Amino acid sequence: MSRKWWLVLAASGVLAVGVAACGSDDSSDGNGGVSGTINIDGSSTVFPFAQRAAELFKEENPDVNINVGESGTGGGFEKFCAGETDISDASRPIEPEEIDLCRQGGVTYGDVQVADDGISVATNPQLAISCLTTDQLKQLWDKDSPVSNASELGDDADTGDALPDTELSLYGPGTDSGTFDFFTDKINGEEGVSRDDYQPSEDDNVLVQGVSGDEGGLGYFGFSYYGQNLDQLNLVSVDSGDGCVAPSTETIQDASYYLSRPLSMYPSEKALSDNPAVASFMQYVVDNADKIATDALIVPMSDDQATDARAAFNQIKPGNVK
Amino acid sequence: MARGPERDPIVEDPRVAALAPDHAYIPAPTAERTVKERIFKASMLACLSVALLVLGVLLYDVAHEGFSTLFRGGFFTEPASSVARDSGIYPALIGTLYLMVVCLAFIVPVGVATAVYLEEYADRDRWYNRFIELNIQNLAAVPSIIYGILGLAFLVRGPLGLGRVVMAGGLTLGLLVLPVVIIAGREAIRTVPPSIREGSMALGATQWQTIWKQVLPAAVPGIATGTILALSRAIGETAPLILLGAATFATDPADGFFSEFTALPLQIFNWISNAQQDQFAPLAAAAIIVLMGVLLLMNAIAIWLRNRFEQKW
Repeated sequence: MSRKWWLVLAASGVLAVGVAACGSDDSSDGNGGVSGTINIDGSSTVFPFAQRAAELFKEENPDVNINVGESGTGGGFEKFCAGETDISDASRPIEPEEIDLCRQGGVTYGDVQVADDGISVATNPQLAISCLTTDQLKQLWDKDSPVSNASELGDDADTGDALPDTELSLYGPGTDSGTFDFFTDKINGEEGVSRDDYQPSEDDNVLVQGVSGDEGGLGYFGFSYYGQNLDQLNLVSVDSGDGCVAPSTETIQDASYYLSRPLSMYPSEKALSDNPAVASFMQYVVDNADKIATDALIVPMSDDQATDARAAFNQIKPGNVK
Repeated sequence: MARGPERDPIVEDPRVAALAPDHAYIPAPTAERTVKERIFKASMLACLSVALLVLGVLLYDVAHEGFSTLFRGGFFTEPASSVARDSGIYPALIGTLYLMVVCLAFIVPVGVATAVYLEEYADRDRWYNRFIELNIQNLAAVPSIIYGILGLAFLVRGPLGLGRVVMAGGLTLGLLVLPVVIIAGREAIRTVPPSIREGSMALGATQWQTIWKQVLPAAVPGIATGTILALSRAIGETAPLILLGAATFATDPADGFFSEFTALPLQIFNWISNAQQDQFAPLAAAAIIVLMGVLLLMNAIAIWLRNRFEQKW
């Protein structure tokens, strides 16, 4: 009999601890800065930026508690529009269905660009390809593409020489990745349409290893992964009709490199007005975007983009932000 | 006594000879059979050594890469950072411990109760009992990501609406490993000899008293082993947590069961896919060592529990 009561006691004890934890208020006044909890989720490409921003902001505001998730741009918007997160990271603009979802959830938001991103196409250093046109890339990556040898793609768009007679081993991101969506949309003309007989990985490091370890290796992945492995990879320029452009900070910023895109944060207007920590965090991001991006190995915005971002934030920010 | 050239020491043993005077019934192994036996043994050993070798290489690799990071100041007390040398696992480790507490508090009572019902009370002639049994077997084979979807729909949102908190994460992992606990629990209860139950009943105990005072204490070792196996699986799960929307980076550890959290497997996954691989891989390796350390600790507790409560019949 007594043992049974112990069990009941223990169970209710667990519950009580839980409820107490639930009720605990984390808006204690500390030594300077704002306090509160900020929940961020979304694109894994923006993740390093959001993480660095959170760290730096935390240094100035020790009482603030920030959680950053990386469930992908789509997954992030889904949670954001359900009112579960305060800020959504995005590596593409919000889509019509997601706009509807947010309307249903009663979530209004702003679109604030925070950085730039480029997708690099790279080969093994032994596979000398200096430039491909977007048509050649489509021919190579399109659904059910029969291309298996580099020479089938014709001539190098830069040098005009015939492409080497090398069997290709293709590497690319898995279908859950925003990089995959973006690349297939820009190159194959429709999001999600791609050949499927390539080696996929959600981990860009695996793609880099694959390409650099395979004589006929060719793949595409985030620009920062190229930057970390310069000596193991050969960068391929992309010609979208106006000549060959290699990805670099400048060509990604001014979008002259074809496979470049803006990275954004979508703060919820409700969170901005109700939670001073969110407003203050977004202000910090807008003011320090350049430093944060550089720290996080992400391409920072150009000056014009930074001005636009500040203007976009000023439109939605509540009056009481420092 | 007529003997073939092959001599078998067992057959020559006078005690065996006494038991089986007619040697024709115990054929002496021929040369061919001995060779087969040896080949079989050797191939078994080869299989075993392949498994051990892979494990050894893995452990060596992780230890080699992560050991120095493990003892670096701040590794256990700092949150993750984009700067590798400032990175630590504090919020992730606390998150994982919280998850395990919730998971344990959920799977033990529910799992054991289910096992007791199915073994001691359920009438197998009823279709619904067979249905439950069949489904538990099936649930054990459902991919973990499905449980993530379930957790997102029913725990994070929907009827319970807990949000992306430790409680939701722990319960999702609990659901995921519950079949393991139930199956192990049933196995443990089944090995308690019927004589114990009959003895208890004969002395006038009710069925419940018999279960609570006799069967369950005797089944504790098996239940504990099953529970630890279940927790060992739960501790390494990443996919369901990502789906629930658990944070990958948190500036602060969870401060209760209804607080947002991050966990070690998420942290490891994030570090492994970092662009600055040469700097972050040691961190991932060190975090893997910590994860294995927690696992070994749990196993040690299980073994201690088993030895403490083990009974010989």
